[in-house]
Amino acid sequence: MRQFILRRLLMMVPTLLGASAVIFFLFALTPGDFVDGNYMLTEARSRELKALYGLDQPVLQRYLTWLGQLLHGDLGFSLQYQIPVTQLLDQYLWHSFLLSLTVLLLYWGLSLAIGISSALRPYSWYDRLVTLAVFAAMSFPVFFLCLLLIKWFAVDLQWLPVGGMQSTGSEATGLARIGEIALHMVLPVLALVMLQSGSLTRYVRASMLEALRLDCVRTARAKGLKERTVILRHALRNALLPLITLLGLELPGLFSGAIITEKLFNWPGVGHIHVDSLAARDYPVLMGFTLFLAVLTIVGNLLADILYAAVDPRVRLR
Amino acid sequence: MSDYLIEARGLSKHFPIRDGLFGRSTGQVRAVDGVDLAIRPGTIFGLVGESGSGKTTVGRTLLGLQPKSAGEIRFRGRDLATLSKPELRALRPRLQLVFQDPYGSLNPRIPVGEAIGEALLEHGLSSRDELRERVLEVMAVCGLAPYHYGRYPHEFSGGQRQRVGIARALALQPDFIVADEPVSALDVSIQAQIINLFAELRERHGTTILFISHDLAVVEHLCDDIAVMYLGKIVETGPRDALFGQPRHPYTRALFSAVPVADPDARRERIVLQGEPPSPAAPPSGCRFHTRCPQASDRCRDEEPTMRPLDGTHRVACHFA
Repeated sequence: MRQFILRRLLMMVPTLLGASAVIFFLFALTPGDFVDGNYMLTEARSRELKALYGLDQPVLQRYLTWLGQLLHGDLGFSLQYQIPVTQLLDQYLWHSFLLSLTVLLLYWGLSLAIGISSALRPYSWYDRLVTLAVFAAMSFPVFFLCLLLIKWFAVDLQWLPVGGMQSTGSEATGLARIGEIALHMVLPVLALVMLQSGSLTRYVRASMLEALRLDCVRTARAKGLKERTVILRHALRNALLPLITLLGLELPGLFSGAIITEKLFNWPGVGHIHVDSLAARDYPVLMGFTLFLAVLTIVGNLLADILYAAVDPRVRLR
Repeated sequence: MSDYLIEARGLSKHFPIRDGLFGRSTGQVRAVDGVDLAIRPGTIFGLVGESGSGKTTVGRTLLGLQPKSAGEIRFRGRDLATLSKPELRALRPRLQLVFQDPYGSLNPRIPVGEAIGEALLEHGLSSRDELRERVLEVMAVCGLAPYHYGRYPHEFSGGQRQRVGIARALALQPDFIVADEPVSALDVSIQAQIINLFAELRERHGTTILFISHDLAVVEHLCDDIAVMYLGKIVETGPRDALFGQPRHPYTRALFSAVPVADPDARRERIVLQGEPPSPAAPPSGCRFHTRCPQASDRCRDEEPTMRPLDGTHRVACHFA
C-alpha cells in the first residue's frame, strides 16, 4: 500500500511536467498577449512593457523560466492585478471552496437519498415523478436558472440578497458575519445543487438497481435479515463502489469555482477571476490556476484508488 | 397437521413480457404453470428437468423469495400467504436456499465468517460471544478450516465457495433446504463430498431437502422421491425406485435413457428426442410434450393430460402411460 502510494506520487512528476508543457504552450502560442490587448499604448511603451514582463524572449526560454519558478513554488505574477498569482488565488480560492463544499455535501446527500429511494420502487409513480423533476432541473440553462432565482427570491420577494458574499459596507463580525455569508450563499447553492444533482441521482439509481438484483442481496433476504440491513449493508455497499471514482473526480471541482454562477451572483470566487483573467489575457494567472487544478485532478484520482481499495477487498493495489 | 413438511398446490409463476412504448404487458413467460409438490419430512426430494424447465423458479417461489402468480404453499400445514411480513421473516431461518452460483450469492465485501454468522445474530440463534464458535463449528462440518473465517469470497476456490454457501444455509439449522443445482458447478471429487454432506444432513438432523438438479445419477443416488419437470409442469413424480425402475412418461424415459451406465457391455435403448423445447412464452396446446414426443397422437395435441395416480404415490401426466 505504502509502496503503491509512493510510486503513484513519483509518477506525478512526469505527468505534471507534461501537463505544464501543454498548459504553457497552449497559452503562450495563442496569438496576442496582455500588452497587445491594450491599444492605448504607444509602440515604444508596448515594447518596453514586453521586455519588462519577459514576453519578448523566445517561447522555449520563457517556458524554462516559468518551470524554474514553479519549482520554487512561485506561480508567477499577475499582470492585471499586479500581485503574485499564489496570493491572488489564496484570496479568492477559499470563497469558491466554501461554496463548492456546501454544494457538494448537499447534492451528494440529496442524490443518494433520492437515487436510493427511487431505486427501491422502480417505475413507480414516485420514481417517474422524481425522474421528471430531475431532468427538468438539469435541463435549465445555468444563467437562466440563476436569473430566475434572483428575480423571484431577491427582487420580487426580497427574501434574499441579490449577490455578493456580504452586504455592501457590512462590518459584521463573528456569528453575525457567518449568518450574513450563509444568507448570501442560499441562492447560488440552490442553483448549483439543482443543476448538479440530476446526473448523480441517475447514477445512484442505476447503481442501486443493479446492486438490488445481485444474488447476494437475495441471499441476504433469504437469511431473513431486516429489509433495512439488506438494503444498507448488502445492497448499498455494493452500489457505492462505482460512485467512489466520481467522488475522486470532484476534488478539482471543489476549487475550480463555478464560473457562470459566481459571475451572476457576484460571488468573489476563483471562477470570477478566471473569466476576468481570460478577458485580459492575464496568462500567468490562467496557467498557474490550470496547473493547480491538474495537480488536484491527479491527487483526486489517487485518493479514489486508495478509497476503492479500502472498501473493496477484491482490489489489491500494487 | 399433514404428513408433509412442505406442500405446493397449483403453484404458478408467470413473468410478464413488457414491450412497446409504454411497457405494456404483451405476454407471459409461464416459467412454472400449476405445479403440485409434496415433500415428506426428513427426505430428499429430487426435482429434475432440462434447462429452462422452471426448476429454479419452483425452488425460489416455494421459499417465497419470489412472489408467486397463483397457487398455495403450505409449510407444516400453514399457508405462507396468510403470514404477515414479520412472521414470514421469523420463519426465514427455517427455510434456506443453497444457490447454484456460489460466487454471486456471497457478498464480495463481507468476510465469509461474518456472512455465515450474520443471520444467527439477527434471529437470536446465537449470542455475540459464542457466535464465532458456532460459525466455526458449522464451517468444520462443511470442510472449511478455522482460518477461512476472515477471508473474502474471492479468496476461495469454486468448491470452497459452494461449501461456504452450504455452511451459510446450515448455520441456521433449517428444517427445509432448497438446494438449487448445488453441485453442477463443481468437479466430480468435490461433488461427491457435497452430496455426502447432504445425505449426512438427512441422516443426522432429519433435514428435508429439495434437491434441484439435471444430473440424474446424483439424483438417483441421493433422493427418496423425484419429480420430473418439462416446460413449467411436472410430468411424472414418485418414489425413486418406481421412477427409475419403471418410468412411464415418454419424456422421463428419454431422460433416463441418457444416463450413462458404468458398464461397457450393457445394451441399452437410447431414446433421442428431436428438436428443442418450445418457448414457455407460447407453450404448445394440449400436452406440452407432444411436439417432441415419439408417441404423440391427435389427442395429445388437443387435450392436456392431467396427473393420474399409477400405484402408490407414483403419478404421471400422459394419456398413454
